[in-house]
Amino acid sequence: MIEQMLAFFNSNYHLITIVILSIFLGIEVISRVPAVLHTPLMSGANAIHGVVIIGAIIVMGEAHEGDILSLILGFLAVVLGTLNVVGGFVVTDRMLEMFGKKKKK
Amino acid sequence: MEQFQELLSTNPFLLLSYLIGSITFIMGLKMLSHPDTARKGNMIAAVGMTLSIFTTIFLYKNHNGEGLHNYGWIFAALVIGTVVGTMAAKKVQMTAMPEMVSLFNGMGGACAMLISLIEYNGDLAPAPGKLLIIVLGMIIGTVSFAGSMIAWGKLNGRIKDRTIPGGQVINFAIFGAVIFLSAMVVGGYTGNHAVFYAILGFAALYGILFVMPIGGADMPVVISLLNSFTGVAAAFGGFLYNNPVMLTGGILVGSAGTILTILMCKAMNRSLMNVLIGSFGAKPGAAGPGGNKEQGNAKEISLNDTAVLMAYAQKVMIIPGYGLAVAQAQHTCHELEKVLTEKGVEVSYGIHPVAGRMPGHMNVLLAEADVPYEKLLEMEDANDQMGGVNVVMILGANDVVNPAAKDDPSSPIYGMPILEVEKADHVIVNKRSMKPGYAGIENELFFRPKTSMLFGDAKKVLQDLVSELKNV
Repeated sequence: MIEQMLAFFNSNYHLITIVILSIFLGIEVISRVPAVLHTPLMSGANAIHGVVIIGAIIVMGEAHEGDILSLILGFLAVVLGTLNVVGGFVVTDRMLEMFGKKKKK
Repeated sequence: MEQFQELLSTNPFLLLSYLIGSITFIMGLKMLSHPDTARKGNMIAAVGMTLSIFTTIFLYKNHNGEGLHNYGWIFAALVIGTVVGTMAAKKVQMTAMPEMVSLFNGMGGACAMLISLIEYNGDLAPAPGKLLIIVLGMIIGTVSFAGSMIAWGKLNGRIKDRTIPGGQVINFAIFGAVIFLSAMVVGGYTGNHAVFYAILGFAALYGILFVMPIGGADMPVVISLLNSFTGVAAAFGGFLYNNPVMLTGGILVGSAGTILTILMCKAMNRSLMNVLIGSFGAKPGAAGPGGNKEQGNAKEISLNDTAVLMAYAQKVMIIPGYGLAVAQAQHTCHELEKVLTEKGVEVSYGIHPVAGRMPGHMNVLLAEADVPYEKLLEMEDANDQMGGVNVVMILGANDVVNPAAKDDPSSPIYGMPILEVEKADHVIVNKRSMKPGYAGIENELFFRPKTSMLFGDAKKVLQDLVSELKNV
């Protein structure tokens, strides 16, 4: 059991390092956000996790021509992922646009 | 895994674009936390995302060295998603922003869920490690999707708060079932596909039941939490494809989202546990007896009297809440402020951090109506200045001015910081009816001697008030 875990750690060392560092970075990067920006920040983060679309694109692009089920599900996944990314960034921009407007006055 | 090494050797430009993508996400989040740079930060992250998407389409090669195909399908899907997403995001009204975020979050969760489904179908005998990642990604994606849909439905009023007796026990049992079945599948004790789909079903049920009893006032916290769930689901995709940008993007959102959730709870002076388990909606019985208590009669005030009172005041503070958002009255509200200012009245806005449906909701809304930034006072400043205010005008806010938060330890919102409107000389409350606010509890403020009620839709009332004021 322990050997298996060590082997897993050994072969996934890079990924595990990225995960750990990203966790700390995520906490560090936003920890001083003012309450006013909570909503846009949430919305911006929402758009960023749309990066899941890359997985959808890979799945879609690797599906065999005859595999209708995978093609349909993959197509749906790319559509939903795009909605998440594009919708997320546009909504966030609209929110922030308003913050910008009032600054000028 | 050797695949990681393989990926390293496949295409340096793809990896470089992923690195740039990761850096833009970090910079984007960082810049989003400061008012001056926020918009730029969002743009930068969007550029990084676009780059990562297109380099994936054209440069990705699997470990057999084959590139992607089905370009027609991919681009069709990208175009549909972009058109629909842009239209939805552009057309949505400012008041419906929180729902929109929840909806988009659900889409991301569903995307992660579908990826796992396809991977499961496509690989008849996956290695246990891969299977674990597939199952975990599917569970989290599904919970996030189902939960976000319920949150969306609740915020736009399609779904009412509902508590199932013993709901927490049922939820716990479902959660147990998900874990047990996952262990069976991953451990190789069953190769039956039906078990995999049972996990999917239970995860969806869990997502629904998890959000269902949580009160609307707490919905922002839940959306933020589900947001970080989707981040984690995306990160599992990163493990699945050894894809560094999915991994960093997903984990960043996962951890930043969790911190944001906690910060939001802090703004309401509550703990996350308290929101999730001791949710407002979960104890209608407790709120019932206290809530139905006869508290005397509220005093009504006419439009004309209100106009006179405000016109001859020196300082007026407007306290907006969700009622203002629902009525789309932010522009009329700004007009009222201008009319009063012309008459020499000093007008400010007292903004409670969680007024509306999301933290910062009121700021966004009033900014849309061009209300000058300097006039928006944060809660502490507003409370400091409250003593010198002659008239406080509460527009569709309720829980954020409820004195029970200060002096009734039995109240579910006890301990939440509020705007202390009673320090002002007069309090005028505009509401559509005497119905309690989103937390579902009575507000004693309405029955206090300083308080007068001005019933009606916020927009209508404000319009009439503006014309009355012009005649004063």
